[in-house]
Amino acid sequence: MYEDSPLIPRNRAAHPVPYDPGYKTSVTRSPNLPLLSLDSTPSEETGPRFGHNMIGALDNNLILNWTKGEAPAVGERILVHGRVLDENGRAVPNTLIEAWQANAGGRYRHVKDTYFAPLDPNFGGCGRTLSDDEGYYQFLTIKPGAYPWPNRGNEWRPAHIHISVFGHAFGQRLISQIYFEGDPLIDRCPIAATVKDRGQLDQLVAPLDMAMAKPMDFLAYKFDIVLRGRRQTFFENRPEGM
Amino acid sequence: MVQKLTTLMETPSQTAGPYVHIGCVPTFAGLGGIYPEDLALSPITDAAKGEIVTIKGSVYDGTGWALRDALLESWQADAQGIYPGQPGADPGVTGFCRFTADKDSGEYTLRTVKPGPVKTRDGKVMAPHISLWIVARGINIGLSTRIYFGDEDNDADPILARIEQRPRVDTLIAKPEGDGIYRFDIRLQGEGETVFLDM
Repeated sequence: MYEDSPLIPRNRAAHPVPYDPGYKTSVTRSPNLPLLSLDSTPSEETGPRFGHNMIGALDNNLILNWTKGEAPAVGERILVHGRVLDENGRAVPNTLIEAWQANAGGRYRHVKDTYFAPLDPNFGGCGRTLSDDEGYYQFLTIKPGAYPWPNRGNEWRPAHIHISVFGHAFGQRLISQIYFEGDPLIDRCPIAATVKDRGQLDQLVAPLDMAMAKPMDFLAYKFDIVLRGRRQTFFENRPEGM
Repeated sequence: MVQKLTTLMETPSQTAGPYVHIGCVPTFAGLGGIYPEDLALSPITDAAKGEIVTIKGSVYDGTGWALRDALLESWQADAQGIYPGQPGADPGVTGFCRFTADKDSGEYTLRTVKPGPVKTRDGKVMAPHISLWIVARGINIGLSTRIYFGDEDNDADPILARIEQRPRVDTLIAKPEGDGIYRFDIRLQGEGETVFLDM
């Protein structure tokens, strides 16, 4: 009955602070008042499921999905792979993972992005996949470029891939960003710096993983994702106080 | 020293950023054709049983400006209060919807069936509600709240009962405007700040 158990209350210290003057947009978009913390209910413990029939063959291949396999995107070819787990270390199978990113020059295919770096006609910049029965997932893509953005005087985002993960409960919903080992811009980034715990920020940095790289084709980076878990004592699923 | 815990820490959130639409609603973002259609454009099919309602509103920042870039997701039970995937659920209700603030006005629209009351494991009954999750540039971790309905009896709801400052309960209640239309504005900060949930 694990799937019916309450969610482990979110450890907010594992997450970024909502209000951070270093990231200016957060100043007017963060609540001033405390969140209302309560035990989860079925409204948080259930969530949408998505089937493999929804996923196209190239959906997790950002190198080829924009041109439907006609022509590859420009850039450093990489595999991003890992496993979706929960806080108890259990695999989260068959969960939807969405990804979006800038191209190799640091430019998004978006009307609001006017950076000098050109669009790559062969790169769209979004993909999706479902984790397998053991929680494993992978994307083939190009390493995104760093790019400047308006915040303080001279601000650059480290190379990053945005990810969105569902889990099996609406209360597990998570959006985050994957950074890459060795990028000197991570420690200068006010968005990365919203995560105050250094060990937690390290969780967002994918290490180079040569064991998964394919010779003469692509490098690989590993990125495991941990979602909220469920309480699993023998004393769950009884009326309160009983 | 003590024994080591075997539990893992949750992956930290990061802002969805200004280009969240590329990843989550690519057709809306101008990347039409990459998927047959964007995910979860509606939480119901034409076969859904129950009263159809339309909820409209905006997400306001601390200065009173309506966000043009907010992405919202909703999750709800069917008209009987049964969640999709649970025994007896209405196959016409998928329950999940993803929608956006309008890029010009900032207003969002959610068309769905009004959910039924949902039981908690303690046997309490939660008044009809829709769970909401809001992300955008500048929101470092997605914000959770609930839409309740002004024309339902919300007095016995165990979640609303936990809001100490009673006038704040109103921030979670959609106002009926007639013809099945409701208004539910979200205020991220400041006067009339919406009650956000940590559940």
